[in-house]
Amino acid sequence: MTAKTLYDKLWNDHLVAITDEGDALIYIDRHLVHEVTSPQAFEGLRLAGRKPWRIDANLATPDHNVPSDVNERAGGVAGITDPVSQLQVKTLDDNCDEFGIEEFQINDVRQGIVHVVGPEQGATLPGMTVVCGDSHTATHGALGAIAHGIGTSEVEHVLATQCLQQRKMKNMLVKVDGELRPGVTAKDIVLAVIGKIGTAGGTGCAIEFGGSTIRALSIEGRMTICNMAIEAGARIGMVAVDETTINYVKGRPYAPTGGNWDKAIAYWNTLHSDPGAVFDKVVELDANDILPQVTWGTSPEMVASINASVPSPEDFKEPVKRAACERALEYMGLEGGMAIRDIKLDKVFIGSCTNSRIEDLRSAAAVVKGRKIAANIKEALVVPGSGLVKKQAEEEGLDKIFIEAGMLWRQPSCSMCLAMNSDKLGAGEHCASTSNRNFEGRQGFGGRTHLVSPAMAAAAAVAGHFIDVNELLEGAQA
Amino acid sequence: MKPFTQLTGIVAPMDRANVDTDMIIPKQFLKSIKRSGFGPNLFDELRYLDEGQPGEDCSNRPINPDFPLNFPRYKGASVLLARENFGCGSSREHAPWALEDYGFRCVIAPSYADIFFNNCFKNGVLPIVQDAETVDRLFKEMYATEGYQLSVDLQAQAITTPGGEVLSFEVENFRKHCLLNGLDDIGITLQQAEAIHAYEDKRRQQAPWLFASRS
Ligand code: SF4
Repeated sequence: MTAKTLYDKLWNDHLVAITDEGDALIYIDRHLVHEVTSPQAFEGLRLAGRKPWRIDANLATPDHNVPSDVNERAGGVAGITDPVSQLQVKTLDDNCDEFGIEEFQINDVRQGIVHVVGPEQGATLPGMTVVCGDSHTATHGALGAIAHGIGTSEVEHVLATQCLQQRKMKNMLVKVDGELRPGVTAKDIVLAVIGKIGTAGGTGCAIEFGGSTIRALSIEGRMTICNMAIEAGARIGMVAVDETTINYVKGRPYAPTGGNWDKAIAYWNTLHSDPGAVFDKVVELDANDILPQVTWGTSPEMVASINASVPSPEDFKEPVKRAACERALEYMGLEGGMAIRDIKLDKVFIGSCTNSRIEDLRSAAAVVKGRKIAANIKEALVVPGSGLVKKQAEEEGLDKIFIEAGMLWRQPSCSMCLAMNSDKLGAGEHCASTSNRNFEGRQGFGGRTHLVSPAMAAAAAVAGHFIDVNELLEGAQA
Repeated sequence: MKPFTQLTGIVAPMDRANVDTDMIIPKQFLKSIKRSGFGPNLFDELRYLDEGQPGEDCSNRPINPDFPLNFPRYKGASVLLARENFGCGSSREHAPWALEDYGFRCVIAPSYADIFFNNCFKNGVLPIVQDAETVDRLFKEMYATEGYQLSVDLQAQAITTPGGEVLSFEVENFRKHCLLNGLDDIGITLQQAEAIHAYEDKRRQQAPWLFASRS
């Protein structure tokens, strides 16, 4: 038997049919549904007189359009002020009702960003194929699953057939070894990876993240890394199953129990790449080389270490990259050569499917505890990823720490990650954000996004500009 | 998806090159939560004198009297005659949805943008390629004859003009099969329903927890 990668194993286990040309039909175990990409898919089913193939494989929750403000939220769906947003959320409710699909509605404590909710509920499990009409679905790969985003016509296809027509991707290994420096988190690792391989570095590949640094991370940290596989060009990111994975899954509402649990563990323990498995591409990083990261431009690959400077167009030899740098500096209102530390900020956003889990909130709270946000910070939003994360954080008193520091404690939603609800940046405003995309206009028209870890965002909120979070952590210990 | 077999219908002109998907259906309509009902907004910016809004009743809007689709002679048209690179621009499937919803089942043009061409087949619209001279000739005949109709037979891969001239056209076998039988991607996958059931039965044995409903 030849040595297989994790991706090979999962692919083989989900193969329904394959032609000689490699066109495959792949079975989907879990389909997560949200309000933005599903309405036309449901409408398509209705127009064609089709029914969902397997209702219990679907789980829905609204997230993109859901308000984070407590007052707007109090009115439920009817309270959403933007009529287009309201209609999308209402349509999801109606469709789930009509087709009998389980949904965590707007004010259910289990509601949240789909990519936080799935793992939290044990609705996404090791060894599954998981899809959702959203490009950050790779997040779920942290549990040792094949997970990727799909378009609206594929959403309809999965609803109707429980399968997808696919071709196998290439295998890529990103290996990170060694011990992380203090203040460096999963977010810094993935930003450093993207900085190294570029936003097209993983195109056409399923990336497995491995190595001792990754194995030492919690599931939350692994999710942060897999979440941004798409920013490295790969639709799929995954991490092998180990004890951390199994301990994470155990006891969650949708996780197997009794005899099924034992059978599941036996299978999950096989979900890793065999020794000697061949990858089409391998990239290696030394954890010790990674410092806290900050993006300075309008693509996630435009990233630098906290103690570095913003590059100048002349630093790039390729004309395309030079032009991109020039354009990015102009949009971001930055000068080449200035220190990253000197970038002044207007807003801070801690949240999104990348960094809104309990561990993220804890690490941000540890930094702001007993401090105040700087006078030039107009708004610092903390938006937990789900109702349950929010509850847990409040039980630990994290909400009070944020509020006392002058930050706003919000209701679970995508919020300012993409500015579909009313949380937005104004034109020209700089924001330290724990989300995943710093494209032009992503967080509001003319808004300037800098991607960072939750700890770095918290440190920036306190300082009013970027600083190495260690400067505050050392202070806290003294 | 509606099957396409044979069609005889009035021909309407879209007499300009590089008609992009934003011209076919402007972006404000993409906010809709539906995939039907785009017909009244097909070519919205050209058809009406005001700016269209999603959800608006189009029957009272000021129409552009110079736009051919508004001429009585093209009322009820089901074949669209167009110029090169039709359907360029974004990948939005709303473009074929709008054409189909308006009543166009067939487009004839010298060339198409790739994604649009694919999307047509997935949505029951037949895009036919004819060389530029032939298309030019069809435009002339159409302008000269009120009520000009063409017959399109997909099985025979033939267009018949009112004068009895028969023009043949190419179409990929698999696409032809799907369109003739009304098979969209889902329909094609559902032809393998037995294989999917067999997979589920096998998988249920190996990994029963994936099929257990929540306790
Ligand atoms: S948090 Fe942002 S990236 Fe994640 S699903 Fe929501 S909008 Fe998409």
